[in-house]
Amino acid sequence: MKLSKMSALAVTTALCAPSAFAEEMANELTLVSWGGAYQASQHKAYVEPYLAQNPDVKIIWDESSAEAVAKIRAMNEAGNVTWDLVDAVASDSMRLCDEGLAEEIDHDEVLAAAPDGTPASEDFGDLIVSDCFVPQIVYSTTFGYRTDLIDQPDSVCAIFDTEKYPGKRSLQKRPIDNMEWALYCDGVAKDEIYDVLGTDEGVDQALAKLDTIKDQVVWWTAGAETPQLLADGEVVMGSTFNGRLFSAIAEQNQPIGMLWDMQSFDLDGWVIPAGLPADRKARVMDFLKFATDTQRLADQAAYISYGPARASSAPLVGKHAELGIEMAPHMPTDPANAGNVHTYDYEWWADNRDDLDAKFQAWLAK
Amino acid sequence: MALTPVENQTPGFTAATAAAAGAFFGLFVGTAQGSGLLGVLIGAALLGVIGFVFAGLTDKETPLRWLLVAVFAAAGFVLGGLVAAVIGALFGWFTGWFVFWIATSRYRAHLAPYLTPGQVLWHYTFRVICGVIFVFLITPILVVMPLSFNAQDFFTFTPEMLRFDPEGYSLKHYRDFFTNDDWQQALWNSVKIAPMATLLSVGFGTLAAIGLSQPHVPFRRAIMAILISPMIVPLIISAAGMYFFYSRIGLQGTYFGVVLAHAALGIPFVIITVTATLVGFDRSLTRAAANMGAGPVTTFFRVQMPLILPGVISGGLFAFITSFDEVVVVLFVGSAGQKTLPWQMFIGLREQISPTILAVATILVVISIALLTTVEMLRRRSERLRGMSPS
Repeated sequence: MKLSKMSALAVTTALCAPSAFAEEMANELTLVSWGGAYQASQHKAYVEPYLAQNPDVKIIWDESSAEAVAKIRAMNEAGNVTWDLVDAVASDSMRLCDEGLAEEIDHDEVLAAAPDGTPASEDFGDLIVSDCFVPQIVYSTTFGYRTDLIDQPDSVCAIFDTEKYPGKRSLQKRPIDNMEWALYCDGVAKDEIYDVLGTDEGVDQALAKLDTIKDQVVWWTAGAETPQLLADGEVVMGSTFNGRLFSAIAEQNQPIGMLWDMQSFDLDGWVIPAGLPADRKARVMDFLKFATDTQRLADQAAYISYGPARASSAPLVGKHAELGIEMAPHMPTDPANAGNVHTYDYEWWADNRDDLDAKFQAWLAK
Repeated sequence: MALTPVENQTPGFTAATAAAAGAFFGLFVGTAQGSGLLGVLIGAALLGVIGFVFAGLTDKETPLRWLLVAVFAAAGFVLGGLVAAVIGALFGWFTGWFVFWIATSRYRAHLAPYLTPGQVLWHYTFRVICGVIFVFLITPILVVMPLSFNAQDFFTFTPEMLRFDPEGYSLKHYRDFFTNDDWQQALWNSVKIAPMATLLSVGFGTLAAIGLSQPHVPFRRAIMAILISPMIVPLIISAAGMYFFYSRIGLQGTYFGVVLAHAALGIPFVIITVTATLVGFDRSLTRAAANMGAGPVTTFFRVQMPLILPGVISGGLFAFITSFDEVVVVLFVGSAGQKTLPWQMFIGLREQISPTILAVATILVVISIALLTTVEMLRRRSERLRGMSPS
C-alpha cells in the first residue's frame, strides 16, 4: 500500500514536471462543486496536496454545481467563461456535451494510468458515460429511517407501507428514482421497469402507486433536507444521498439507520467548460490529471462514504480520517450493501426526462 | 382613571367572550398539534367554563387568579416538563387577567362613555390585529436565536435544549463563524463592498435628487423614473441584464462590478429620502448665501447639506443595508472571489443546513439593531440641539 502510494506520486510528479505547458499555466483555478461535506472531501483529498506541490497556485471554490448547466449556458452566451473545472452529475455532463458546452477529452491521454499501468479508460471502465466526463465517485440515492420511531424496514417498499411504518416520508421532488421504486413495489420485475415506464399505462401505474402515499410525503430539493427532517423527527424515513446519511449517522450520532435495498447508483465527475483560454486550460489539465489519479480518489473516501470511480482505487480505501472507522462497509458499492441495486438508465432518462417531468409536476399539483 | 361608570357583566357575556378568546388561541395551538378544529373546541370550552364560573366570584379575584396560574403551571409540568410549566403559568396568568377584565367591565372603564358596543369591540379588535401582525413579523427572527446556540448540527430544538440542560447549548457555531476561512472571507468581502457601494449611492443619489428638484431641468419625471427603476424592476431581471452587460465590458466577476451594481440598487433609496427632505428646504436660503458672496459649492456644503443631512443619512443607511443583504445580483455579477455573507448563507442553506447560518443571522440582527438605534439617537440629539423637536 505504502509502496503503491509512493509510486503513484512518483509517476505523477514525473509526468507533470517536464510538461510543455509549465511556463504558460494560469495560476488561478476556479473549481465548481456542491459545497458541504462533499466539497470539503475534495478539498482535503485533491486540493490540499496539489497546493502543497504548487504553492503559487490559488484555488477558488464556487458552490454552484446545482445550476451548472444553466450557468455554463449563460457564460457561453455572454462569452465570459469564469469557471475552470466543474463537478457535475453524469446526466448534466451528457447534456453539456451534447450542446457543445463542455470540452471533449481523450481519457487515456489526459488522465493518469493506474499504478499497474492499466490505461485510464479501462480503469474507469463503463463509468465514462460521456466523452466530456471524468468520473470521480459512485454515490447512491437511498433511504434512511429513524431507528427509534419505526421498526427496521428490510425492503424499499416500506415507503409505501404506511400501516406498518406510520409517519411522513421525504422523497426527492423529481420523477427519477421515485417512479422506478413505485413500479418495483407495485410488482413490476426489476428488469422490466423501464419497459413499463415507457408506456402511458406504466406512468399512470407508477403515479397511482405514489398517490397512495402522496399526503404522507415531504418533497425535498436539496440533499441536506432529509437529514434535517430525520433529525427533527419530522419524517420517519426519507431518501437522500448515501454520504449525507453516513455523516448524520457516524459523525452527528443521530438515531438513523441505512436502508440499502434498491439503492439507485449515480455518478459524479469533472467537466471542463468549452472555450477556455490556453493557459487556463493547461492548468486545468494539470490539476485534473493529479486529482483523478488512483491515490487521490482513494484518499477522498477517507472523508466521505462515496465509492471511488477507479477500479484500482477500491483496494486502497482505508479508514475515516477523523473517526478511524473502516470506510469500505459504508460504500454503496460494498457487496454487502449492493445486494439489490436499482440500475438507473441514463439513456432512457435522457430521452424521456422532459415528458415525465411534465407529467410528474402535473401530478404533484393535483 | 375611569372615564365611564361600569358594573359587572353577566356570567353569560363573560363566558361567551372568554370562549371566543379561547377559540382564538386554540386555533394556533391546535393547528400546531395537527387539528385546528379540535383546538378551537377545547380552547372555547375551557375558557368558556372558567369565564362562566368566575364571573360570579369577582370579589375573590386575587386568590382565584393565583389558583389559575398554579393549575395551568401544574398541567403544563405534567404534560411537558419545566418549559411547558412556564408556558402554562403564563397562560394561566393571562386567562385570569382576561376573565376578570371582562367580568368586572374594566375594559369599558377607560373608554369614552359615548362609544357604541360596536366601536368598543373594534377598539380592541384593532389592537389584537396589530399584536398578531407584530408577533408574525418578529417570531421567525426570535426563534432562530436560541437555535444558534444548539450543540447539534441541525435546526432542531433538542430535548436537552428544552430541559435547559447546559449540555444542549454550545457556542461552537459562533466559533465556526469566526474561525472558518469561508465565512471570514465572505464577511471581509461584504465589509469591502457595502461601504464603497454606499458611498457611490449617496454621492450620486444626493446630486441627482438636488438636480431633479430644480424646476428648470427638462424631462425631470422621466429621468426620475429611470433612476428609481432598479427598485421597481424585479431584481432577477436587473441581475440578468447586468450579467450580460458587465460580461461584455469586462466588469463581470470583478470587485468594482459588484460595487457598481450595488450602487445602482442603492441610488433609488437615496434619491427618494433626499427628495423628501428637499421638499421642506427653503430655496431662498441658497439665494441669500449667494447674495453674501458664497459660491455654489460653499453654499451646498455650508447651507444646504446640513439641512438635508437626515435624509442623506437615512438614504445611505438603506443603501448600505441593501448592499449588505443582497444575494440575487451578486450571484450573477460577482464570481466566487466576491462571495459575500448573504451568498455564503444561501450556499449554506442549500447544501449543508448548518446552524452557523443562524449564528451569523443572530450577529447580523444584533448589529442591525445597534446600528439603527445609534442613528436614531444621533438624529434625536441633533434635532434637540437645533431645537427642531418639540420635546
